[in-house]
Amino acid sequence: MADQDKDAAAWPDALYELLRARGVTQFAYVPDAGHKVLINRSLADPDAHSVALTTEEEGVALLAGADLGGGRGVLLMQSSGVGNCINMLSLTRGGRFPLLTLVSMRGEFGEGNPWQFPMGQATPKVLEAMGVIVLRADQPEEVIPTVSAALTMVFQSGEAVAVLLGQRLIGAKQF
Amino acid sequence: MSGFSNRPLARAEAKVMGRLDLTKRLVALLRHEEAVVGGIGNTNFDLWAAGRRPQNFYMLGSMGLAVPIAMGVALAQPQRRVVALEGDGSILMQLGCLATAANLKQGNLLIVVMDNGSYQITGGQATATGLGADIVAIARGAGLAQSAWAADEAHFEEMVGQALAEPGPWLIGVRIDMQKPVIQTERDPAQIRDRFMRGLGVKPAWG
Repeated sequence: MADQDKDAAAWPDALYELLRARGVTQFAYVPDAGHKVLINRSLADPDAHSVALTTEEEGVALLAGADLGGGRGVLLMQSSGVGNCINMLSLTRGGRFPLLTLVSMRGEFGEGNPWQFPMGQATPKVLEAMGVIVLRADQPEEVIPTVSAALTMVFQSGEAVAVLLGQRLIGAKQF
Repeated sequence: MSGFSNRPLARAEAKVMGRLDLTKRLVALLRHEEAVVGGIGNTNFDLWAAGRRPQNFYMLGSMGLAVPIAMGVALAQPQRRVVALEGDGSILMQLGCLATAANLKQGNLLIVVMDNGSYQITGGQATATGLGADIVAIARGAGLAQSAWAADEAHFEEMVGQALAEPGPWLIGVRIDMQKPVIQTERDPAQIRDRFMRGLGVKPAWG
């Protein structure tokens, strides 16, 4: 149990270092507790751009611009924000833009807020309907290999990939 | 007098100008391979009509994304000026990006909003700007202090010249007419992306 706690606390920092090591410099987000470490690390990193969005679809466009300018970015959002992006993913698919998004999940395992269920349950379906490949991590030891695979699929193969960070991993919310 | 004075014109005081003419005037002032992102509809059709610059990116769908795309380019290319061309209907759909642009304080970003007060391409229905909303006032309220309406063509050129030379972010509002586009952009977004990236030198040239 002690080891598991240690791993649970360690993966967000390891994830930030993985993203930076693979050339990600634009961190675009609508804040969520599940992304707190990544957001704070990007704010403190003089070689990264930390972009607080007003809405998630802005991030889909911002990261398309990053790609157009020869840069790499990641969109951090909660599953409820996925619904805001749907039409904007036409840009990603039509232009064959690479897109990496990390989605902290709500409305699933242990959720305490009924409002979160419709979008949470629909999240993988709507992403796949728009041509985004969906991967998922539910255990701390799954995060780095899964995001590492996603980075290759996105920035080497040019795909759009969402990695869902499940509530088993990040903790179920009661509010 | 600076083109972006602290006592800007109100929207009603700005001259209604030719959209294609203004686009050509803007493009003529680009001398350093500045990137231009044209929003959906007539803004990008006119950008296409004003010359096939390899540093132009043309949006074919999804209203309101020209500014955030330009912000991403501007972050990745800090030495290059980046211009977003957007229509009133589109910018109204994504007003939050004005606050994001203000917060990012990108010195190399110029936003040009072309405002005819209508969703021209769908039949001329009134937008909120046609009913009283003032995009320049909204931009200033969002924190883009260097925002102003162009009084006329000469004033527009003066402001573009300033925005391409001095630290931004900048926003220029222009009131435009309802002329029909003379040509439509080729509809191949993947090719538009590829050409733009080669035009910026982030992908090597062919051959």
